[in-house]
Amino acid sequence: MTSPLTTTPSPIGATRPADAPSSAAPARTTRRSSRRRELGACGALMTPFFVLLVTVFLIPVGTAVWLSFFSDDQPGLGFGPEHTVFVGLRSYTAVLTDPTFLSSLGTVALYCVIYIPLMVVSALALALLLDSGVVRLRASAQLGLFLPHAVPGIIAALIWLYLYTPGLSPVIDLLGKADITIDFLGLHTVLPSIVNIALWSNLGYNMVVFYAALQAVPREVIEASVVDGAGPVRTALQVKTPLVRPSIVMVAMFTLIFALQLFTEPMLLGQASPVINSRFSPSMYIYDAAFTRNNYGLAAAASVVLLICTIALSYGVTRWTNRATAPEEDAR
Amino acid sequence: MSATSTTTRTATTLRPRLLGRSVVNLVVGISVLYTLLPVLWLVLAASKDRDALSGSDVLSLNHFSFVQNLKDLFAMDGGLYGRWYGNSLLYAVLGAALGALVSIACGYAFDKYRFAHKEKLFGLVLAAVMVPQTVLALPLYLMASGTGLVNTFWSVFIPVLFNPFGVYLGRIFSQGYVPDEVLEAARVDGAGELTTYFRVALRMLGPGLVTVFLFQLTAIWNNFFLPMVMLSDQDLYPVSLGLYTWNSSATVSPEYYPVVIMGSLLAVLPLILAFALLQRFWKSGLTAGSVK
Repeated sequence: MTSPLTTTPSPIGATRPADAPSSAAPARTTRRSSRRRELGACGALMTPFFVLLVTVFLIPVGTAVWLSFFSDDQPGLGFGPEHTVFVGLRSYTAVLTDPTFLSSLGTVALYCVIYIPLMVVSALALALLLDSGVVRLRASAQLGLFLPHAVPGIIAALIWLYLYTPGLSPVIDLLGKADITIDFLGLHTVLPSIVNIALWSNLGYNMVVFYAALQAVPREVIEASVVDGAGPVRTALQVKTPLVRPSIVMVAMFTLIFALQLFTEPMLLGQASPVINSRFSPSMYIYDAAFTRNNYGLAAAASVVLLICTIALSYGVTRWTNRATAPEEDAR
Repeated sequence: MSATSTTTRTATTLRPRLLGRSVVNLVVGISVLYTLLPVLWLVLAASKDRDALSGSDVLSLNHFSFVQNLKDLFAMDGGLYGRWYGNSLLYAVLGAALGALVSIACGYAFDKYRFAHKEKLFGLVLAAVMVPQTVLALPLYLMASGTGLVNTFWSVFIPVLFNPFGVYLGRIFSQGYVPDEVLEAARVDGAGELTTYFRVALRMLGPGLVTVFLFQLTAIWNNFFLPMVMLSDQDLYPVSLGLYTWNSSATVSPEYYPVVIMGSLLAVLPLILAFALLQRFWKSGLTAGSVK
């Protein structure tokens, strides 16, 4: 094939402008056909993604909703063929009155309440400190902080599980020498222990997101605030932080979405801690209902509840941040 | 603070500033230790034998058995680890490359073409980012068993190609890197739309493509839930699921501990390598992602 700019792919029915440049009707056809050609290309570029969207997203979500309203009922005494019947909200009633599901929701709620503010505040604080210009070896510090992002979640959980395990852990050993004994996998400590794993894994990544946003803040704005007599702390909190608000919202959203899916860390810690049962988090509940108890209706209903919680909370976060920004824009 | 006179201010801010400087460096230093020490522990623990591990004795120079652990790892259960590693590479590298191409193409089309209900469709794409994997897992499993794909390579490979966030990034990159004038020029020259995309635009989208590739590589390498649901054949496991299984065996048979640790260390390397080599690209990608 020759250079793309000299070959003219001629779709069927297309009139080349050179054929009849003087008459108006062919020109309109040309415009229409080029528009059709554009739409054709647009479709070709989008089709692979939308095929995936339909097959691995829309149909599964639809199936989950459908499954939550139906159940495989065995007629009579369990004899005869199984058949699927409409059960209405029965699965929802079952899941919402199941204390183990409610406690899994409570667990993940508590996890979010501890984890999300801790993550956003520490990542932002580190980014502001790095942006302040007084940190030595800034590039190396950033790389060091970012490193855990390259450690897969399951391996981060493994490392910390070993650091939490008495007999394997140098941390517990060290604390023991100072006469401190902590059971990191106990009833009240296991959730903070999980928070720690998630924080360790994602702190550096979010710090880099904030740092990149801070770098984009115009230097004049910061100089102006310094001229106005604001100290470095005030500049950081009252000038820089409001300017990176979009990043804060984005980090909070993604942290929330991933936090609600809590699965890998408790699954792994559950191998060593009796405190974590197989329905510890909503995701674990769904897994347990679907693949251990084979109760698809229950699993689907729990999935839909989790989905609705995710959508409602994400919507809440965007609404809340929009409202929080509005008066500020009015003031300008 | 604003009430103090200029002379006292210069005198008092000098000392706090020096103090502040060391406090800042101390905080950052401690944070770096927090992120680095567990990785360092992994490196040290991987080079020790089982006696040193159980004695919490990873810091000493005795019990060095790095090479032995490596040999044990690849010999364990008939060389299963090498298999898992190959699977993970296949799922992640191939999946991320293909997925990134698909997402970037779609994001580009969202940016450059006008069509009905465009923003509604884009909203659907963004909504897909929010939906938890666990919600999709059961229906996907049922679909896979219906089509006979369950417990095959494809049951894990196809779902991981789907990356709606990549489409979002693709649209932003396309806005930033591909000027509309270039497309106009190509059209005037009579180049076909798809030819222009593959010959001109895709080249300009290079850094964006690499960023989406990296994000997806990380996500697939981390993937744990989906393989756990789909696969029962250990030969198809990715490293993450394999190590999980071995670790659950380790509670009964402790000879698995050193191999799990060594296996974890090796499983960290590809991502570190990818991030180090492609640093230039993903940093620009992060900025683009946080613009909006």
